[in-house]
Amino acid sequence: MVNLAVARAAEPRARPPSTIAILRLARPQRRALVSYFAALLVWQLGSTSGRWLGFELPLLGRVPAPSDVLLAWSHLILDPGYWQSWIASWKRVAVGFSAAVLTGVPLGLIMALNRPIWDVVFPVFELLRPIPPLAWVPVAIIFWPTQELSIDAVIFIGAFYTLVLNAVSGARSVDPRLIEVARSMGASKRNILTRLVLPGVLPSVLVGMEVSIGITWEVVVAAEMISGGGSSRAASSGGGLGFFIWNSYVGGSYPQIIVGMISIGIAGYLSSAALRAVAARLSRWNAPHGGRT
Amino acid sequence: MTAGAIAWRSVGTPRAAAVVRPHAADPDAPLRRRGAIQIVDAVKYYGVGESRVLAVDHCSLDISAGEVFVVVGPSGCGKTTLLNALAGFHPLDAGSIHLDGELLCGPGREKAPIGSDRIVVFQNGALFPWKTVLENVAFGPAMRGAIPRDELLERARRRLAEAGLQGYEQSYPGETSSGVKRRVEIVRALMNDPAVLLLDEPFRALDALTKAMMHEALIASYLRNGSTVFFITHDIEEAVFLGSRVAIMTSRPCRPKTILSVDIRYPRSRETVTSKRFRELVAEATTAVHEEALNAYALGEKEG
Repeated sequence: MVNLAVARAAEPRARPPSTIAILRLARPQRRALVSYFAALLVWQLGSTSGRWLGFELPLLGRVPAPSDVLLAWSHLILDPGYWQSWIASWKRVAVGFSAAVLTGVPLGLIMALNRPIWDVVFPVFELLRPIPPLAWVPVAIIFWPTQELSIDAVIFIGAFYTLVLNAVSGARSVDPRLIEVARSMGASKRNILTRLVLPGVLPSVLVGMEVSIGITWEVVVAAEMISGGGSSRAASSGGGLGFFIWNSYVGGSYPQIIVGMISIGIAGYLSSAALRAVAARLSRWNAPHGGRT
Repeated sequence: MTAGAIAWRSVGTPRAAAVVRPHAADPDAPLRRRGAIQIVDAVKYYGVGESRVLAVDHCSLDISAGEVFVVVGPSGCGKTTLLNALAGFHPLDAGSIHLDGELLCGPGREKAPIGSDRIVVFQNGALFPWKTVLENVAFGPAMRGAIPRDELLERARRRLAEAGLQGYEQSYPGETSSGVKRRVEIVRALMNDPAVLLLDEPFRALDALTKAMMHEALIASYLRNGSTVFFITHDIEEAVFLGSRVAIMTSRPCRPKTILSVDIRYPRSRETVTSKRFRELVAEATTAVHEEALNAYALGEKEG
């Protein structure tokens, strides 16, 4: 009911369907298209400023033009190595992120619910937390037997702290009166955990996941650059997107750098969107406005 | 609704034996009188050492089974302390509480056990936001595993319908109005068939119109059920409208100052509010509350 009302309020007044395809899209989608187009236009004009303006604009003037990038991309799309880079990075994000969720969320819950454990764990936690994930790269390389595991470990660290803290704050935000009510109605300790604490924590954990998966993309790319893209060192065959960018830089193919960068943007966007979709499904009760994403 | 089936009662003789409880296991069984509360010399301090504050001072109340006992007093006077002790959320420092002759808390038993015989409806509501209205209502019996699930859901639906809440079963609390939430919460509490229903200013945040509807809904479900109702408020008209007796408490420390018997029969309606007797009782209660407010003011107490 509420959803409908909100959706209707956001809709423009009824208009006859346009013959132009773009105008048939909903307003937010049209605006998104305008946004992409304007960004491309500024970029194209800026990067070709040397030709039409007579001098290069600062910053943008040095960047490969979108037309060059698209050209490079059109070649890469047919190159299996490019797609292997995608797969390699996705795999690392998936492994490191899953490990962080599986350990960080339970740890956060235990810390929030058990005072002595909190007292013991939190000081160390707070000491380690400010260390940037990339500062762990050398240690990770020394500690883990394979490069692959080292990169996974660094990604794990990137996501871990955010997940723990969000689980803690989620568990703390569960209304104690709900627990009193449940107890007075005869809920066991176990039921209080599974039926009150876990669903109560969920929205906050989902937000933590959304934030931390973004961090994992920042980390995977940098980790791949530093560690040389894992075990495989071939120019474009499974070193990951980070290594792909680094390699393009070393090889002097600048449009490819931009392709790599945009690829990471797309990958990060897709992973966040997927998580948001899951979140919207899992916490329907928490999204009275239809969970617009 | 089912008012015709319910014997009208005069106040002071709580719940005649002829009144039936339609929802008991055996619908024809006569209503057991239960939910009699004796609070004897309850004492509660807040804080420790020199700075501790006496919140409740030798407060004694004798509440009969099946009455609507309303407690009126300034905010922070310790009414909620009594409710928390009754519910088993907090201990008393001295004194004892008995429920139907059995010791709930007192010497040797610091805190009353928390149990489904005493269910609290909180001021700001405490529905489980991630459960639908139907799941909320079914929660208590489901936790105790007392009834098969199908039967339980059927009963929950029936209770919701009786309270005029059909159509809300699959809504989440966040999608409903505050009036609906409060009604659902009362239905949820009564699903546990409590001996005592403890309400802590449950209608405080509602607008006047919704509040009036809540009052009639509460009285209707009170008449259907058999629970003793322990109701805290500082709205005097609400107190007189709902209560079979109204206790006006002194401000800190909390103790009954006057106990009014409301000799107006249930079910009460909107016409009750305009009746002469109702106005007299409200005036009497107002005078007592006003005196207490003046005392509190003279003592430099803050009313918060």
